[in-house]
Amino acid sequence: MVATALVVGFPVYVLVNLALRAPSDTTSPIRPTTAPTLDNFVQAWRLGRLGGALLNSVMVTAASVAIVLAVSALAAYPLARVTARWSRVTFVLIMLGLVLPFQLAALPLYQTMRDLGLLGTVWALILFYAGLQVPFTTFLYTGFLRGLPTDFEDAARIDGCTPAGAFRYVVLPMLKPVTVTALVLNAVAVWNDFFTPLLYLSGSTQQTLPVAVAGFAGQYVTDWNLVFAALVISVVPILIVYFALQRSIINGFAGGLRG
Amino acid sequence: MGNVTHGLKRYNGAVSVAIDSRRHAGRRGPSWWFAAPAMALFAFVVLVPSARGLHYAFTDWDGLDPHFSTVGLANFAQVGHDPAAVQAIRHTLLIAVAVTAIQNGIGLLLALGVNSAIRSRNVLRVFLFAPAVVTPIVTAYLWRNLLGPDGAVNSLLGAVGLRSWQQDWLGDPGLALWSVVAVIVWQFAGYSMVIFLAGLQSVPAEVQEAATMDGAGPVRRFWSVTRPLLAPAFTINLMLSIIGGIKLFDQVYALTGGGPGHATDTLSTLIYKDAFTLGEFGYSVALAVVLTAIVAVVSTGQYALLARNERAAS
Repeated sequence: MVATALVVGFPVYVLVNLALRAPSDTTSPIRPTTAPTLDNFVQAWRLGRLGGALLNSVMVTAASVAIVLAVSALAAYPLARVTARWSRVTFVLIMLGLVLPFQLAALPLYQTMRDLGLLGTVWALILFYAGLQVPFTTFLYTGFLRGLPTDFEDAARIDGCTPAGAFRYVVLPMLKPVTVTALVLNAVAVWNDFFTPLLYLSGSTQQTLPVAVAGFAGQYVTDWNLVFAALVISVVPILIVYFALQRSIINGFAGGLRG
Repeated sequence: MGNVTHGLKRYNGAVSVAIDSRRHAGRRGPSWWFAAPAMALFAFVVLVPSARGLHYAFTDWDGLDPHFSTVGLANFAQVGHDPAAVQAIRHTLLIAVAVTAIQNGIGLLLALGVNSAIRSRNVLRVFLFAPAVVTPIVTAYLWRNLLGPDGAVNSLLGAVGLRSWQQDWLGDPGLALWSVVAVIVWQFAGYSMVIFLAGLQSVPAEVQEAATMDGAGPVRRFWSVTRPLLAPAFTINLMLSIIGGIKLFDQVYALTGGGPGHATDTLSTLIYKDAFTLGEFGYSVALAVVLTAIVAVVSTGQYALLARNERAAS
């Protein structure tokens, strides 16, 4: 266990150690830095345009996850409760999305986004993730809803509630636990994605954090102290959220996939 | 007599009212439009483009020119004759299998260790899982430096007297692929661990105690008691790591860019290069179809196998 902790901790130590070191200091990367400085962070923040990228990442993640949770919860209601053929066919079709790798859809969709003039904007990404995450999120919601008794919805219906009303006042409150799971897993997936923004935002000034950091690392490839400062900056927001919400996040990863 | 008929009529009337209202209730169940927004988004982003991708795979489309012609199976034949593609398929499968085996092996050992560490269990869990939430491209750039010729890994080896073990971890064609595997395992072993831990917590302590009383040693206890109860955790972990391994892009892009030469190219990196640096969209989409086929075959095969094991274990 101590050895494992060292294997996990060592790269983090080197990361912070080099990020704090002036580029002129060329001693071994494993020796503690003698004259730590925050200059690299200031430079990386400015040169890498990390502030704007951070804002874009927050916006894309918040908007696309909100959309995908809303439409998937709504879709799960008939898919879990109605046994008519259209419902079964729709469910199978959506589950097909769990196996299709997005590399297949990403290239033709690139053309559509270009024709719609959305290429290079965060709207392309929000739309993309909102659709891409539908199968997984619907799968979570439908599985969870199927495990719940229909008694409350039946009672609401007998009392004269419309399906929309039953969804809003009866089903939705019961979906809270699985919503936390879906929120965590979707947010981490969207926040960390690199391939999609690399495709859809390349050449534009609007970047998400992973693409901005990768671009910066490519441009300042010989200036590792600067790159490391950029890496630290990009990791800090995730780690703050992670340590603040560790219980829900870990339980989301551990439990959600059991459906 | 008249009274009986009247009574019967009233009864029938009441029943038909009840049947009516039941039918009515059935008709008022959630209707299809609840699923319409999700279906529309899914169709726009996944279904329609995938179907179009499948079509383009049989054309010579370059991604720009609206005029292109159908070339039949030529793109797929080219995949078979393109050494870079054949190599990429091999790397993709090799990475998927290696990552799956090593990551889950380490993840399971960590889970067993952390589970028995009663006092520090939660701290260790939080700490060891942390790399899994960090952006893969970021950890990959970190490791690209650490594994460089003058990087921290070689410095550390030098410092502990293992100078002869120093390597150009990412520049040596025979070694680079394994370095990529190591970086992925470093980041995601904690993820496997967390899923195994959740499975371990479903193993009742009484069962373990009973097995101990019956004279079962730790290895026997693990094999006969714990392992069968971990079957669902194995299913999830193996599915996640093998499919993640097959689709791998970020780490290769940042660590080696597919190099040296094509030594670490995977299907995903090759798809990206062919489409966006060479402009061979048709061919690139054909590669994506190959990738889709591999994912479909592996995931259905694995699912069937694991579902059988799960049934056998329970």
